[in-house]
Amino acid sequence: MISLSINGTNHDVDVEASTPLLYVLRNDLDFKGPRFGCGLAQCGACTVLVDGVATRSCVTPVSAVRGQITTLEGLARNGRLDPLQQAWIDEQVPQCGYCQNGQILTARALLNANPNPTDSEIRAGMEGVLCRCMSYYRIQAAIKRAAGQSTAAFYNASPAAAKSGVTT
Amino acid sequence: MTRHRPGLTLPSEIAEAVHSINPSTSRRGFLKASGALFISAYLGVNPTGRALAQAASGSAGPYPIPDYRQLDTWIVIHPDNTATFHVGKTDGGQGTGTAYRQMMCDELDIAYDRAVLIMGNTDITPDQGGSGGSDGIEVDGWPMRRTAAEARRVLLELASDSLDTPVAELTVNNGTVSVVSNSSRSVTYAELIGGRRFDVTLTGDNINQTRGLADVKPVQDLRVIGQSLPRYDIPAKVDGSLTWAVDVKLPGMVHARNVRPPVAGATLASVDEASVSGLPGFVAVVRRRNYLAVVFEREEQAINGARALRAEWTPPAEAAFPRSADLFDFMRVQTPTSSSRTVITGDPDAAFAVAARVLEADYEVPFQGHTAIGPAHALADPSNGLMTIYSNDMKIYGLRLGVARFLAMPEDRVRAIYMDGPQVYGRTAADDVGFEAAFLAKELGRPVRVQWSRDEETAWDTKGPAYTFRMRGALDATGRPVAIEYEARSLDYNHVGYNEPDTVLIAQLMGLRPAQPAQGGAALPSSQYGIEHQRMVGHVVSLPMIWETPLRCGNLRDPNGPQVTYAFEAFIDEMATAANADPVEFRLSMIEDSTEDALFRKARSLATVRAAAESYGWDNRPSPNPLMAAASSPIVNGRGIAYTFRSGTVVAIIADVEVNRETGRIFVRRLVCAHDCGLVINPMGMKYTVECGMLHGLSRALWEEVRFDNEKVTSVDWASHPTLRHSDTPESIEVIIVNGDPNPDRPDMPHYGAGEACHKPMIAAVANAFHDATGVRLRRVPFRPESVLEALRQQIS
Repeated sequence: MISLSINGTNHDVDVEASTPLLYVLRNDLDFKGPRFGCGLAQCGACTVLVDGVATRSCVTPVSAVRGQITTLEGLARNGRLDPLQQAWIDEQVPQCGYCQNGQILTARALLNANPNPTDSEIRAGMEGVLCRCMSYYRIQAAIKRAAGQSTAAFYNASPAAAKSGVTT
Repeated sequence: MTRHRPGLTLPSEIAEAVHSINPSTSRRGFLKASGALFISAYLGVNPTGRALAQAASGSAGPYPIPDYRQLDTWIVIHPDNTATFHVGKTDGGQGTGTAYRQMMCDELDIAYDRAVLIMGNTDITPDQGGSGGSDGIEVDGWPMRRTAAEARRVLLELASDSLDTPVAELTVNNGTVSVVSNSSRSVTYAELIGGRRFDVTLTGDNINQTRGLADVKPVQDLRVIGQSLPRYDIPAKVDGSLTWAVDVKLPGMVHARNVRPPVAGATLASVDEASVSGLPGFVAVVRRRNYLAVVFEREEQAINGARALRAEWTPPAEAAFPRSADLFDFMRVQTPTSSSRTVITGDPDAAFAVAARVLEADYEVPFQGHTAIGPAHALADPSNGLMTIYSNDMKIYGLRLGVARFLAMPEDRVRAIYMDGPQVYGRTAADDVGFEAAFLAKELGRPVRVQWSRDEETAWDTKGPAYTFRMRGALDATGRPVAIEYEARSLDYNHVGYNEPDTVLIAQLMGLRPAQPAQGGAALPSSQYGIEHQRMVGHVVSLPMIWETPLRCGNLRDPNGPQVTYAFEAFIDEMATAANADPVEFRLSMIEDSTEDALFRKARSLATVRAAAESYGWDNRPSPNPLMAAASSPIVNGRGIAYTFRSGTVVAIIADVEVNRETGRIFVRRLVCAHDCGLVINPMGMKYTVECGMLHGLSRALWEEVRFDNEKVTSVDWASHPTLRHSDTPESIEVIIVNGDPNPDRPDMPHYGAGEACHKPMIAAVANAFHDATGVRLRRVPFRPESVLEALRQQIS
């Protein structure tokens, strides 16, 4: 048995230790946020946060995970969307939307480390997350919209929840 | 701790549609007859009764083909005064679903938030062919509008009886009909029909002609159309709650992976099943001639099994194709397999003979791929001797029909359910994988999910055809363009269609062949230039190997437009430079010399090109920019325009680029797009689609190329097949909505498509801007740094 803490809930799974985290999340635990894109850590579609760090679950053996996992489903707190998710809706970011899991979670990790990134810091921070519908312009607009909004206040609204998933 | 077991996981609106709304529910128990109008009791949830119900179209199977001539196939009114619309389209992420809902709400006179839209369920929604050709708004929107208008007419007649008032004295507001002179006398749509179904027969020789007695509203009366409503599908894509086609799970489902031939045209000599049969979770190795797949209980087991399987393949005796580095030389010496009609205007030979100046240039565009961010996938369920395919295939009806034929099953025992998935810009491997899943499911008698790998997707998905072009142009002594010649060669022989049971990849590998390969095409440019003497022709050429090869062509977002428009508009720019003319003025004067057509494309082209120039702040001067030639900095800037149309949509793009002459990097800082697609249903959705369509074109301009050696594709992942990234994103993108109709207030303003037109001129706009900055022409796509440096070096030498 391997124990995982995901979005504040503990899960035990009985799988091979080498199984990529992605397939455990999707197929054993029914999470829909992380998605298969390349299996090579090249595109970012499979991203989850592990203790707030954007992590490519397609190349992460489930047994190697140490820390609190947050998936796209777990980003909202107390029924309120993460400011980035709200910005994504306000900016109408997605086209097909398949990659947006990785875009949003990578942006969350970026803003956790740098709450007010410059345009070039946004580009650099997001460079490794690919979108084949090319929604990059809207993604960058949404990050700028969310940046500087008090994510601390957002998470402080629920201190217990803040500890469970995302570290800042 | 929580434990999960796979169960049927469908989004609620699809589950509801699949299980409760079925047009096979019989239209009986008539409550009322009024002319052609009949209303029947809606029998509600009755999945087990489906097999007994007789569909109006005459198909008797459990998954009937919905009858587009029945109004209740399109529209259902519920007891809570909401509506469900059923349309035969899909939405690849351009917000067309939202636009369809806007159109139907407007015609039905019901608020946007009081309706839901179901798309692409083959036994529930009428067959509008799925998506493609940017015709969802332009063509398929019309039957949607007309059926909603007919439902409104029928409801008004019912209200007229109910309120004992002539229809002419009634008004409708958000699903409530009231008497104009006394608004306290009213009745809701729900009170008139809620919970029961329309029994109204429509007319129309084909689904695009579907109509009742009602006409659509004049443009001036439209209220929901034209609003920038947010897309209904976005929140669930952002909060992680959406169930995508990749998310569907069924009890007992297993996971399959294909094992492709290691080189094109290889023959499978032997398979050693024992090499994987002892692995955990092993279910089966399935082989049919050169089609090979492994099936395991768990997904990661299938991935490992596909790698571990030992198989002997015999390569073909002859090279399958030239190396990509030699492709254009190969194409130029082939005997065409077919040629277009040569379109001749005036007397080009005579014009060239006396011209003051003649220009020539060649252009080259490689194969480019779809390479979806999520590789192809499908889940097929063979339960009860039927077949259900869960897929993001945009041609979902073709998938049903094609699979039925492939598996020799009656069409009404097969259904395909469209669900969201990664981009579908044409004929993708979503077609191929749907057939594979259905085949394996039928073989094994279990639900099978097939997922292509990254390298499989990038190597084996269909390609947009490679092109070579030879352009000639003639100027008179005043610099006026008097003649142009366009000769294209397209490597498009055996272009595969959608969901063809004898050309999908599994069929090819099984040895199936159509009697005649598709001839393919080589397109001619779309412009409104009134050049007096013209000769235009396209030739199709073929590779040595046309079957069982990863270099197979299929439609990719405007299948020929980006290639053709690149060559044509880049050459027009070369002619402008030769004439020492401003590129915008040069184009405008040629458009002025043209004659108007039925779509007013002359007036609309003039308006669009002018709008782009004005919004950009274009200063009138020839290219290249003389200031840049003298610049000492490695960074130089330039601007370039390109223009074209697609069907009724006219588009002009200006790119503002920065070129680093030391690194070869092109950065497009700013894009301005003037866009006229007639009546706009949702301006925000349209603008964002155009933004992304332009950037998709930019990706093809800067990065994308399928590379291969003599036997296999070598660009197979995001390192070997680069794509546009965040750092390539322009700092500013402006989309200007133009309405260049000479009578912009006419009540029948048509709506044209917006998904592809903006994609066409992007490569040319970048190439022309690069020339403005550097004085150098880029005549081969893509413009990667190494190619740019090479072009700059050649200029110096």
